[in-house]
Amino acid sequence: MTRSWHEVFKGVDEPAGAAEAAEDAVGEEKEKSGGFFKRLKAGLAKSRKNMQQHMSTVMFDKLDAELWEQLEETLIFADCGVDSTVAIVDRMEKEAQEGLIRTREQFYERLEAALVDIFAAGDYRIDVSHHPSVILVVGVNGTGKTTTIGKIAWHLKREGMSVVLAAADTFRAAAIEQLGEWGERVGCPVIRQERGSDPGAVVYDAISAARSRDADVVIVDTAGRLHTQVPLMEELKKIHRVIGKQIEGAPHETLLSVDATTGQNGLTQARLFSEAVDVSGVVLTKLDGTAKGGIAVAISHELDIPIKLIGVGEQLEDLRPFDAGDFARALFED
Amino acid sequence: MFDTLSDKLQDVLGDLKGQGSLTEDDINKAMREIRLALLEADVNFKVVKHFVASVKERSLGAEVMESLTPGQQVVKIVHEELSKLMGAASTKLSFSPRPPTVVLMVGLQGSGKTTACAKLAKHLMSQGKNPTLIAADIYRPAAIDQLQTLGEQMKIPVFTIDGGDDAVEIARRGVEAAVESGRDVAIIDTAGRLHIDEELMAELVDIRARVKPHNILLVLDSMAGQDAVNVAEQFQEKVDFDGVILTKLDGDARGGAALSVKAVTGKPIKFASTGEKLNAFDYFHPDRMASRILGMGDVLTLIEKAQATVDEKKARELEEKMRKAQFTFDDFLEQMQNMRKMGPLTGMLSMIPGIPKQLKQTQIDERELDRVEAIICSMTREERTTPDIINGSRRKRIAAGSGTNVQAVNQLINRFKQMQKMMKQLSSGKKMQNIPPDLLKGGY
Repeated sequence: MTRSWHEVFKGVDEPAGAAEAAEDAVGEEKEKSGGFFKRLKAGLAKSRKNMQQHMSTVMFDKLDAELWEQLEETLIFADCGVDSTVAIVDRMEKEAQEGLIRTREQFYERLEAALVDIFAAGDYRIDVSHHPSVILVVGVNGTGKTTTIGKIAWHLKREGMSVVLAAADTFRAAAIEQLGEWGERVGCPVIRQERGSDPGAVVYDAISAARSRDADVVIVDTAGRLHTQVPLMEELKKIHRVIGKQIEGAPHETLLSVDATTGQNGLTQARLFSEAVDVSGVVLTKLDGTAKGGIAVAISHELDIPIKLIGVGEQLEDLRPFDAGDFARALFED
Repeated sequence: MFDTLSDKLQDVLGDLKGQGSLTEDDINKAMREIRLALLEADVNFKVVKHFVASVKERSLGAEVMESLTPGQQVVKIVHEELSKLMGAASTKLSFSPRPPTVVLMVGLQGSGKTTACAKLAKHLMSQGKNPTLIAADIYRPAAIDQLQTLGEQMKIPVFTIDGGDDAVEIARRGVEAAVESGRDVAIIDTAGRLHIDEELMAELVDIRARVKPHNILLVLDSMAGQDAVNVAEQFQEKVDFDGVILTKLDGDARGGAALSVKAVTGKPIKFASTGEKLNAFDYFHPDRMASRILGMGDVLTLIEKAQATVDEKKARELEEKMRKAQFTFDDFLEQMQNMRKMGPLTGMLSMIPGIPKQLKQTQIDERELDRVEAIICSMTREERTTPDIINGSRRKRIAAGSGTNVQAVNQLINRFKQMQKMMKQLSSGKKMQNIPPDLLKGGY
């Protein structure tokens, strides 16, 4: 089942009895939201109804060309991309030839295993074991960076960590105010300057502030930028350097926010952001719609970047640790 | 990045010179390439199926089978069919005979609605309209602040109710205020919402019923994947939008979702949003989008941009100078500034078909161009017209004045001389030879 936040945050002490408490919390959340898994499936059910898609209940009748075509279309429709789709279908066909797939159950089992293997890349944890740890959040416009930061801060606070937010999106109108509201909601200080000021300076201030307040984690919000805009990507590299100069080895995490509704361009985004600032993990946002977020498969498959968190709604608790098995099952089970 | 579809088709079908005739098998191979290319461009796979079927039918006809250049013929067919599918011509907004014309903007979270509202307002202003903005996104933190800031920048009034928690009421009173203040267009920004969120979709239905908009525009992210079809269908069912604004087109997404949405809903793409600046907004051109999906470059846009930024008389003067090889540093500077008005150079390069891939991938550092500008600006007038007088001590002065070093100044002067030479060759009718491959690259 889905990992707990204790497991995800590397460096958070687990107080005695916390596991049970966490268990309770999860139970509570389940009641409230019907559970992430259920919601994902509900989303899928809706899309099936709307589109009468190939996510059909009769995905496995017999091992024939039509089955492979159905599988291919399902993966393509989930935005997994042509290359990853071909790789998965090839692997499945090979396993079928080896006699590993004879029944419907085996088919799904092997499919899940194939996806889990793809998602095995890298460390799933978020490193907050330094003092202060710096988390840099990057991504193209409108992928949900600021919202994600608000939610991560909330979870960190729940784990007993003190958090400082850095409003380094000094470009978009009202971005600073938006982060400010999250800061108020979550109850952590937001270090900010005027709109249009140098984001590097904001980051510098934020780290100094974190030191003087003895805070555990600094989360840096950056302006959304298209990965094709060289000057903006240069600016991002500069922010990265400013952080590294203040704290050796920082940022300890660089999270790329990717919108689950994104198509194949998500792969290019991940590639170019990684080249610029060495992305350590992906946050897949907006999974509460009907989009399947298959671009995560493509990103893990081709770039070996781990998917660390998923966003499944607007509420604070709607940010979850990523679980490959859940994700795979939500994609394919009826 | 993958090869463009036109390259691939050329590989598969090639020229028929010295070969027999084309077989159906060849055509099938070509269709597979088309299918993959469209899927990579995020066109919905159902739409792709239909599309490939119709292209195949035409490709089996005489115009391809008997052609000497079947590869090019198929590309032509694909391009034509794509343009046809995406709508024959650009479609404008419908204006109410009794102002204000009300425009309602809807879409998913993060698709770029608020920015698109501001850009549309600016676009309408440039057409002599007198728009107002209505901020009815009561959910996202600071969304209203964002629209207000943008409104201030453009000096366009933004209506909202402070602390209001009823989007329908804000929209209604906003339109009333537009009537009172004599504004002829009212653009309503709404909260981003999921197409399956019953409650929020009901709110949109209410707004629509209350303010009776003349145009409902769905804002769609050009990076959207296969699910765009679901989104568009749901929004169509609930609020029956009239057209689409395609955003973030300044990225490198192929934008196949636009094609899917048009194919599934029949609604035209009306506008394209292409950059961070508020004037990066224009009518949508189906044929250009077809080229983009195919990876064929976008010459038309480039030409238009060039026309908009280069003064024709000056261009003629320049041509004259080039012919007489009197091209000076002043001309060079002016040319460069004109070019930069058209947008980032990398963006421009990607629009030109036939430019070698390596060159397209060269990251042109805009700061290098800043440096070149600085160097030229540090020259005296005399030095700019007769660069030959620039000796060692002048070079030192220029380097100090521009904050660069002598080496950079040397490099620029050398390249400038190469360019002059090239122009002489051109004007004397000789073939252009040995264009230095690094002419456009940084490193001055």
